[in-house]
Amino acid sequence: MKHTLVALVEDKPGVLTRMASLFRRRGFNIESIAVGHSELPNLSRMTIVVNGTASILEQVRKQLGKVVNVVKVADVTDDNITVRELALIKVKATSSTRSEIIEIADIFRANIVDVASDSLTIEITGDEDKVDSLLNLLRSFGVKEVARTGCIAMLRGSTSQLPVEQKPSKTRKERYNLL
Amino acid sequence: MKLTGAQILCEGLVKEGVDIIFGFPGGAVIPLYDTLPQYPQLRHILVRHEQGAAHAADGYARATGKVGVCFATSGPGATNLVTGIANAFLDSVPVIAVTGQVRRDFIGRDAFQETDITGITLPVTKHNYLVMDVNDLAVVIKQAFHLARTGRPGPILIDIPRDVFLEQADFSYPDRVDLPGYRPTLQGHPAQIKKAAKMINEARHPVIIAGRGVNISKAYGELKHLAEMAQIPVVTTLLGIGCFPEEHALSYGMVGMHGMVYANYAIENADVLIAIGMRFDDRVTGKISAFAPHAHIVHIDIDPAEIGKNVRVDVPIVGDVKMVLQALNKQIAPVDHLDWIGQVDDWRREHPSIDIRDDDGLLPQYVVRQIYEITKGQAIIVTGVGQHQMWAAQHYWFNKPNTLISSGGLGAMGFGLPAAFGAQIGCPDAPVWCIDGDGGFQMTIQELGSIAQEQAPVKIAIINNGYLGMVRQWQQLFYKGRYVATPISCPDFVKVAEGYCISALRVKHKEEVIPAIEQAMAYQGPFLIDFMVEPEENVYPMIPPGATVAESIEEPKQPIKAISDSKRLKVSNI
Ligand SMILES: Cc1cc2nc3c(=O)[nH]c(=O)nc-3n(C[C@H](O)[C@H](O)[C@H](O)COP(=O)(O)OP(=O)(O)OC[C@H]3O[C@@H](n4cnc5c(N)ncnc54)[C@H](O)[C@@H]3O)c2cc1C
Ligand SMILES: Cc1ncc(C[n+]2csc(CCOP(=O)(O)OP(=O)(O)O)c2C)c(N)n1
Ligand SMILES: [Mg+2]
Repeated sequence: MKHTLVALVEDKPGVLTRMASLFRRRGFNIESIAVGHSELPNLSRMTIVVNGTASILEQVRKQLGKVVNVVKVADVTDDNITVRELALIKVKATSSTRSEIIEIADIFRANIVDVASDSLTIEITGDEDKVDSLLNLLRSFGVKEVARTGCIAMLRGSTSQLPVEQKPSKTRKERYNLL
Repeated sequence: MKLTGAQILCEGLVKEGVDIIFGFPGGAVIPLYDTLPQYPQLRHILVRHEQGAAHAADGYARATGKVGVCFATSGPGATNLVTGIANAFLDSVPVIAVTGQVRRDFIGRDAFQETDITGITLPVTKHNYLVMDVNDLAVVIKQAFHLARTGRPGPILIDIPRDVFLEQADFSYPDRVDLPGYRPTLQGHPAQIKKAAKMINEARHPVIIAGRGVNISKAYGELKHLAEMAQIPVVTTLLGIGCFPEEHALSYGMVGMHGMVYANYAIENADVLIAIGMRFDDRVTGKISAFAPHAHIVHIDIDPAEIGKNVRVDVPIVGDVKMVLQALNKQIAPVDHLDWIGQVDDWRREHPSIDIRDDDGLLPQYVVRQIYEITKGQAIIVTGVGQHQMWAAQHYWFNKPNTLISSGGLGAMGFGLPAAFGAQIGCPDAPVWCIDGDGGFQMTIQELGSIAQEQAPVKIAIINNGYLGMVRQWQQLFYKGRYVATPISCPDFVKVAEGYCISALRVKHKEEVIPAIEQAMAYQGPFLIDFMVEPEENVYPMIPPGATVAESIEEPKQPIKAISDSKRLKVSNI
């Protein structure tokens, strides 16, 4: 089954390798991984989508938690979450198909972000299914290129998934001098 | 105060209480070695191969409870450490490995003696560091020692480019660490402890299975208190041996594949199993579905990732053994389990498991038993991996914690000699015996040189059966006796020892065993005895892989007669 894990990690070299290696050693294929800044300074938020049996993934989650640079990690698959992914799709467009493609994009509330003489580039945001559906509809026109960010996820409602006490922001140097 | 990277490292080591370093120099660490004379508190001990340095640091750490430290140069020096680091990782031993790296501007260019050692050791270290800024060094050292020795201990590697050793920085040693992602849980959850207490108080057939976590946590007193108060039989894992005195009335020895049959029966029939600081290795559980089938399992472990990993657990308690037991013991009602203990004693009578048969030949079990008798069970025993390791675990009875030092998780042949050396350096006044196989001994035989140079009074007993015995046993039992690649020739170990100026003896007959061991004990320096034991002795009891206790193979009444001694491979007749 597909699982979505979210993690808060220290912004340090090697963190991604340390985490990825826990999947690699089991021969798991990571479907997507998305990393970016979080609301906290020096901490990045990572969303990992991976296929695997629940019991093994539970073990992986615990081992991810043991990685020294990982501050928090949770499996949010069964939580009430908002999941979003962004994709850019470059699709062949001739004068006869262009308007039909734009119509389809509109239905999906996707944006046309680039127009060329023989192609259109569409930007879509949504959960994976939505992106997949649009992609399927566009295939008949000839999809030239696809770039997807991988999913990011967040708990619905006011609680946060990975509560961490907020500390006043400090640069790395300052933090070290504090020690 | 401005110091060089090399000085900062040495200052940090001194601040962390390090006094011994096992290492081997090379280009990338010359600046570090050049600084060592400024720190006479740091005694550097030269090994003959970096694997030896890592194993020695490991043996030192297990024997003393302190952090073991080893140094190696970049490239081949660093890669030679890897087996030793992996060994420390699997057995949760606090070791700090410092490696030199090529200059920063050479990194990533396949420079001379460059290897990505942080990449290579990533899955076998608790954490590792590549220090690219000398200003980070003090913090890294502080963190490394903290990580190595707290929580579930483990090895930490610090990779330092040559020019970082030379660069200067202001030095102030941090007095605390800031590791937001690292907060081991020490206190057990009170509700869980209460549940466990209730379960234990209601148990009719309880068994404690104690592991290395008890040693790490130094919870010997608490464990003994629990066992005695509630009269619970105690069995241990290989690495738990010694955490509960083996001569104690409630001690039922080691469990698992080569454990005592009665210990395994106790687990099979337990209604409550209290697993303390052990991780249900497959050598312990055998066939998982048949492991402790009637028991509710309480599992105390500091590492949440160990809970429920291999067996289902009814009451998990994440925390430090000592703290958890202190809280738990308060809620335990004194009881006796006379019937139950009587039952386990009956199994012991029916399946004595470690009786040594009367035999005129030189039995390896007999050799171990005599070392036990003559050292009065007070020695530190360090083993290699194989049959001799199991015989050491079975036939030497350990009454003090951390006196059996053995490679359990990795099972690394070659561990014995360097680890014994490390243990002896850490405990100069303790009798240290290295019980090794003729095969494994040849993997790190070069450390005789280190032992000779330091005049470390290690006593070495080679259980020389002319075989890679443990593998041969499997071939005999499960591969129709096809001994492929297991007969192994040996050099004349006595001559080899003498070549290193180490006194040595060869023992071929039973009656020579006691005098030889006594002579070794009386001798001031290192001493080697080459025991030419029965070649085809097997380790019993044995639960075949994937089988259950009921399928245990016990010592056959009529031993399979050994091939004649002249069949041994000799260097001269190949
Ligand atoms: C040839 C061979 C044969 C073997 N046969 C057997 C056999 O028959 N029987 C057997 O038992 N073993 C056998 N072994 C050893 C086996 O492979 C394992 O190494 C061993 O069982 C592990 O023991 P352990 O779980 O106690 O220790 P470890 O593997 O060191 O695990 C220690 C556990 O304690 C936890 N811990 C650490 N510190 C603390 C703390 N402060 N508080 C709480 N928990 C803590 C850790 O998280 C870990 O889970 C054999 C090995 C070899 C090489
Ligand atoms: C480095 C390494 N290689 C291979 C093995 C597999 N192995 C386990 S026990 C054993 C035989 C060990 O022979 P020896 O040291 O003579 O000990 P014995 O079993 O004869 O007592 C082997 C080859 C191992 N454990 N470690
Ligand atoms: Mg052998």
